[in-house]
Amino acid sequence: MSVAEVDGLRVVIAATGDDIVEDISFSIESGEVLGIVGESGSGKTTIGTALLGYARPGSRIDAGTIRIDGVDLLALDSLALRKARGNLVSYIPQDPGAALNPALRIFEQVEEVLAAHRVGASDQERRARIEQVLGEVKLPTAREFLRRFPHQLSGGQQQRVCIALAFVALPKVVVLDEPTTGLDVTTQAHVLATVRDLCAKHGVAALYVTHDLAVLSGLAQRVMVVYAGRAAELGPTAQVFGAGAHPYSRKLVAAIPDPSARREFGTIPGTAPSPGARPEQGCRFAPRCEWAVERCAAIVPPSVGFGTDHRSWCFRAAEVQASSAALGAAAAPARTVGHAPVLEVEDLHAAYGDEEVLKGISLSLQRGECLAIVGESGSGKTTMARSIVGLMPNWSGSIRVDGQALATRARSRPAEVRRSLGYVFQNPFASLNPRKTVGDAVAMPLREFTDKGRAEIRVAVGEALERVSLPTAIALRYPAHLSGGERQRVAIARALVTEPKVLICDEITSALDVSVQATIMRLLERLRSEEQQLSLLFVTHNLGLVRSVADRVHVMHLGEIVERGETNQLFEAPQRAYTRGLLADTPSVLATPTSKSDLPARAQLAP
Amino acid sequence: MATVDVTRLAKPPTLAPQRLASLRAALRTGRTRIGLALTVPVLLIVILGPLVAPHTPIEPVVAPYASPSGDALLGGDAIGRDVLSRALWGGWSVVWMCFAATALGFVVGIAVGLIAGYARNWVDDVLTGAMDVLLAFPAIVMALLFVSMLGPKLWLITVIVAVTHAPRVARLTRGVTLEVVHSEFVEAAEVIGVARWRILLGQILPNLSTPLLIEFTMRLTWSIAIIAAMSFLGYGIQPPDANWGLMINENRQGLVVQPWGVLAPIALIAAFAVGVNLIGEGIARAMGQDDTLAYRELS
Amino acid sequence: MLAAGRRRALRRHGWLVRRLALGAVTLFLVSVVVFAATQALPSDPAQSILGRGAQPEQLEALRQQLGLDRPLVTQYLDWLGGALTLDMGNSLSASNTSVADLIGPRLENSALLLGITGLLLVTVSVVVGVLCALYRDSPADHATQGAALVANALPEFVVGTLLVIMFSTVVLQWLPAVSLASDQSPLSDPKTMVLPVATLLIVTLPYLMRLVRGSMLDVLRAHYVEMARLKGVEERRILWRHVLPNALVPAIQGSAATLAYLAGGIVVVETLFNYPGLGSQLTTSMGVRDLPVIQACVLLLAALYVVLNLIADILTVVVTPRLRTRMR
Repeated sequence: MSVAEVDGLRVVIAATGDDIVEDISFSIESGEVLGIVGESGSGKTTIGTALLGYARPGSRIDAGTIRIDGVDLLALDSLALRKARGNLVSYIPQDPGAALNPALRIFEQVEEVLAAHRVGASDQERRARIEQVLGEVKLPTAREFLRRFPHQLSGGQQQRVCIALAFVALPKVVVLDEPTTGLDVTTQAHVLATVRDLCAKHGVAALYVTHDLAVLSGLAQRVMVVYAGRAAELGPTAQVFGAGAHPYSRKLVAAIPDPSARREFGTIPGTAPSPGARPEQGCRFAPRCEWAVERCAAIVPPSVGFGTDHRSWCFRAAEVQASSAALGAAAAPARTVGHAPVLEVEDLHAAYGDEEVLKGISLSLQRGECLAIVGESGSGKTTMARSIVGLMPNWSGSIRVDGQALATRARSRPAEVRRSLGYVFQNPFASLNPRKTVGDAVAMPLREFTDKGRAEIRVAVGEALERVSLPTAIALRYPAHLSGGERQRVAIARALVTEPKVLICDEITSALDVSVQATIMRLLERLRSEEQQLSLLFVTHNLGLVRSVADRVHVMHLGEIVERGETNQLFEAPQRAYTRGLLADTPSVLATPTSKSDLPARAQLAP
Repeated sequence: MATVDVTRLAKPPTLAPQRLASLRAALRTGRTRIGLALTVPVLLIVILGPLVAPHTPIEPVVAPYASPSGDALLGGDAIGRDVLSRALWGGWSVVWMCFAATALGFVVGIAVGLIAGYARNWVDDVLTGAMDVLLAFPAIVMALLFVSMLGPKLWLITVIVAVTHAPRVARLTRGVTLEVVHSEFVEAAEVIGVARWRILLGQILPNLSTPLLIEFTMRLTWSIAIIAAMSFLGYGIQPPDANWGLMINENRQGLVVQPWGVLAPIALIAAFAVGVNLIGEGIARAMGQDDTLAYRELS
Repeated sequence: MLAAGRRRALRRHGWLVRRLALGAVTLFLVSVVVFAATQALPSDPAQSILGRGAQPEQLEALRQQLGLDRPLVTQYLDWLGGALTLDMGNSLSASNTSVADLIGPRLENSALLLGITGLLLVTVSVVVGVLCALYRDSPADHATQGAALVANALPEFVVGTLLVIMFSTVVLQWLPAVSLASDQSPLSDPKTMVLPVATLLIVTLPYLMRLVRGSMLDVLRAHYVEMARLKGVEERRILWRHVLPNALVPAIQGSAATLAYLAGGIVVVETLFNYPGLGSQLTTSMGVRDLPVIQACVLLLAALYVVLNLIADILTVVVTPRLRTRMR
């Protein structure tokens, strides 16, 4: 008998009865990691918390059975359910900073789990157990550390505390809810290794909820793909990702940028329906599916089996699985551009207060090329981008656009210079003024740099929106009614409307779902092919994106450029140890499924 | 494979700016409706009262503390003047001073708050320091002090009350401005190089409209309280002119015999204060902020 | 080693020193303003005291008595010295009574009023606020919120007068409307305190209660509360160790701020009920232009206000670990 069994789970919105997830069934064996992957709105987090018998306020578990170690959680009374949580099945949250009580010391927050479940007969026993589990997650056990408050720990340390909380009472099942969101690649690798070790050591089954397929490749033995509240496919990771039997699985994998090869981004037309807007009958993916036939819109597909433990909920599953390579076609090769520098940076130094963040950066962006700046958080890449565009007040050195030196602040620069640099921000939910229409936002550069009349501006705005594949009617709407992908396209339209020479993109897709990210990247590719003179400075931490979009790459670390080169060369033959480590720590969807002894390249004590 | 992302048409496009949308939503809440039902009649009385008053408010027409009769529907006050007429005449000064004081406080407070929040340098420190100093003084006590020394001039009272509002409004404005000023949409405007004043008024101010609107109603309630209290203590419009606050004080002695001399002005003040407050509460509720309303005022 | 420890302690408590210094500076500024308003601003304080009908000789005598012919700065320093040593001269209206003797008992009475009100205010608003949050949207919650909405808006003297109408004169005659003679202590007849305290409570309870409720609702929604449930911690412990300590922090700040507000609010209430405290003394003195008494009363009330705000700020930092320890 599996240690965790879910059958026919249905969770609904309490007020309306609309389902968040419907008919979800799976099982997990002891020591196994099952991944649940889906995009936002798919219901994956709901499945995770349901495994603890918990429904977020506003929702309710409507049907199904959830068995942990033989115990049906939904049949328990509230006291027994409380005892099961933390003890039988535990939870590692997405945001460790918010999940720890800011007013309680670390020691107390770990101890209360033991106290609630009457683990350990005496204070000393509990203390010993706490020190043991903190050692297992590689945190210090000194008294001084235990007495700290959560805000005195780094993000990685906070997450380790949450892992310790989950394992301290020796549960049978652990639910991980996107636990490495917000952590950079190196910390993420450490955290994943720790989780893998603990699960293996104590024979704990794990349910790993995420939107990041690459992470699962190295971690989960089996994976379940969820779309719009229903299961699409469930099976061994290598098979589902390598040769998926469901159109959505295939599309998802095709949309992922991968550091191992330069590929085109596969996109999915349309958007995922949220609870309440889902089709009443038939397969939920049908409206966006290229394999769909008439049946698909009418009847919900039953599961089709493939070998041991591999199921797909699609009428044409067999055909899909047999079809050729899931991964997208090889993309257009990187451009080799001539020597026509449009943006030159020389010996750029920048500081926040006393702390020096950029320690002498020099680079040169050629006309028509896409130069990627890649680095982890703290590398200074965003500071550099902000210095170039004039948002950073405290930099020294030389920045030139077409030979003309730039003043420190944007405001001090002449209009043609400001016009020549376009900037797209990271957060599409913050880069548009919620009180202004889309049209107002796109028109702002036009009003500043041209003296076109209202009618002309309206026309120009319409054209800019069409260029980013948005309908012109959207100009009258407010950002609150747009999706993340739409907003980011508006931001791109705004940046391009006055035809700048250089477009600087600062992590523009980190806040977006994988398929939406693919759409934006395709858009950028198209814009570049239409406008050969447009030069792109692409700042990101995502090595996969870099591989597929950049002509040249600079790697930044702690305020310096540590390596530069053409994309393919850098990825295939990295020169510096840091670059090699970065590549090794970056999970890839194409990786082979691991045995439990695989550890990341740089396993060190946590910072 | 199409690369066009089909525009989501889940909700019909709303053309109204959020500001209007929230006002309209507020009008639908019970609180705002009751608030308007209380406030509008009072305002009508204040504006039209003097035109329909049966008697002059200054000359006695019946015996002191006379009971309600045909001549004086609400009876007579301490020296026999018609309570009804005095009530109809007595609201004007209270109400205009309230609006003027609040509005003045807001103009100053918003200006200071915007500049302090946007500047984020020594200018901010100086302005915040000045505001903190003003906040250190207890309002009523200081108001009484100045007015008792310099005389009950109406403009003085208005200015003093405005001065008690300005620092709090400045604090709120500064707080919201600080939240907004780091937003990427403000930075987008800075990258383009839009002039500072244009950013303040065009980008930042529209985001303040709702919290400021709610705050205005709350502050107006407070203005009513302090101005009416000052009139009650004798530091408003001087006798023999009619004034609600003063009426309450004048007619207190005869409360047992003739309660209307006190009840009429009290009812009017109470209706106005409660009504304005409810309107603000209704807007806050429409924005989903009513639970945390008191909580926000602290910071 | 020792020196380092002491240095560290100083650094940790640096904020306290700064805040106290700020409080002292504020009090100093208050004294300047009071002095300016009473002795510096009016072109002739003697004139404003004695009124228009005063004879030139009377004015001259008063000026001499008050020392108004000396330079302003000297006047101020003398006055400040007097204030700090609690000797502010004699009252101008109740002759031969020193200011200190006059307002001493008044200060006690006001303190009593504030103290009782404060105690009731904090306990009732916390209890009601917490209960309303835990039983949100219950009929009792709705009723309480509705009552709070109305009470919140009413000016103090309106509330006071309504209470008088209801309970002492027109409707019922349970409680006395007018208070005692000025030399009696309220403790001799506690019934006289009921209406003043009730008025102050009705005016301030709604704000504080809604604050507590709002803060509780906020914390109840927090991720760490949800996390504690998912850890299997008992509800009781969640309430007492996770929810309340975090939710009550704003309540502390709010209580102190409300008490500070009351320091000004008692003026109207005491006058309305003829309660022998600082506030009513202030209004009486203002009526007769008794300058030294006015100055003393205003100074005391303002100092009380400043001190209470100071306590509020200090308590906030003490109770929030994040502000106390340095961020990593």
